[in-house]
Amino acid sequence: MTALELVGSLGIVGYGLGAIGPGIGVGLIFASVIQGTARQPEARGAMMGTAWIGFAVTEALAIIGIALAFVFGG
Amino acid sequence: MTGLIMSLIPLEGFEAPGVHSFDIPPLFKGAPWFDKYMLQAIVSVILVLAFWLIMARKQALVPSKSQFIGETAYFFVRNTIARDMIGHDFRRYLPLLMAIFSFVLVNNLWGIFPLTLLPTASHVGWAYGLAGMVWLIYNGVGIAKHGFFGYLRHTVLPSGVPKAMWPLIIPLEFASNILVRPMTLSLRLFANMFAGHLLVLVFVLGGEYLLLHTDSLVNKAAGVVSWIFSMAIFGLEIFVQSLQAFIFAVLTAQYISSAAAEEH
Repeated sequence: MTALELVGSLGIVGYGLGAIGPGIGVGLIFASVIQGTARQPEARGAMMGTAWIGFAVTEALAIIGIALAFVFGG
Repeated sequence: MTGLIMSLIPLEGFEAPGVHSFDIPPLFKGAPWFDKYMLQAIVSVILVLAFWLIMARKQALVPSKSQFIGETAYFFVRNTIARDMIGHDFRRYLPLLMAIFSFVLVNNLWGIFPLTLLPTASHVGWAYGLAGMVWLIYNGVGIAKHGFFGYLRHTVLPSGVPKAMWPLIIPLEFASNILVRPMTLSLRLFANMFAGHLLVLVFVLGGEYLLLHTDSLVNKAAGVVSWIFSMAIFGLEIFVQSLQAFIFAVLTAQYISSAAAEEH
């Protein structure tokens, strides 16, 4: 007798775990941008340019995660 | 357990949206390649071309309202994307960046346009095609500038790395600059559009099922809430789609600038 039967794909759980790191990373990037803007408002433009690239690179991990969740989940 | 879930959430007959929601049959029987994605891409090319041709046709010293809109869009791409990323030699790549930004933007916005409701890049082939084109261009720019072996050395070896670190740095830089870049560029665009469209489908189809195919009043109320909330998801999608078009163009500019950079 099984007490609790769960059906579904472990890939989704893996994606949930994989999204933790990029989530923290993206949060750190924009936290730094907010701090930097508060300290030196005129440097905002230069910071935002770098921030978007950093955001894109960090987010790539989560993106690879969602792609792999579908690859292994299917 | 399953019985408990079933009595709380009525799921009989509800077909959850998934990967199969993106398999759209071709528009005509005879042409399997001509599907909704292809139609959207063709229309978007016509729209983008018409927009820039009309904007560029009548240039007046005191701009009219339409010229003002065109100039604002032009200056956005020129200053924020091209000049900030590439630097003093940005003019050569400006037409490419304009084309990429407008094409990706229009194709993403098909996802919230009421008559289409499907972002073109949510089919992975379109994202692969765009990223492959960008890959060819930035490598081509680098090879044209430094020569084949010069470019290879320039890409895999940042200047100032001590010799002891070379066996570690060279494979890492090669993998990151040549292999991973096109993959992340395409998957970023694809996955954002795919996930966004899936989110919209979950809210709209789930709300439709709860409202129209269940009997309990609580479920009907939940369906209405789900439909209202889908409007907020559409708002989020507008933001994400514009942001992804911007990021795609910014990264293209960044890859070109790093391939064409002088040795320091």
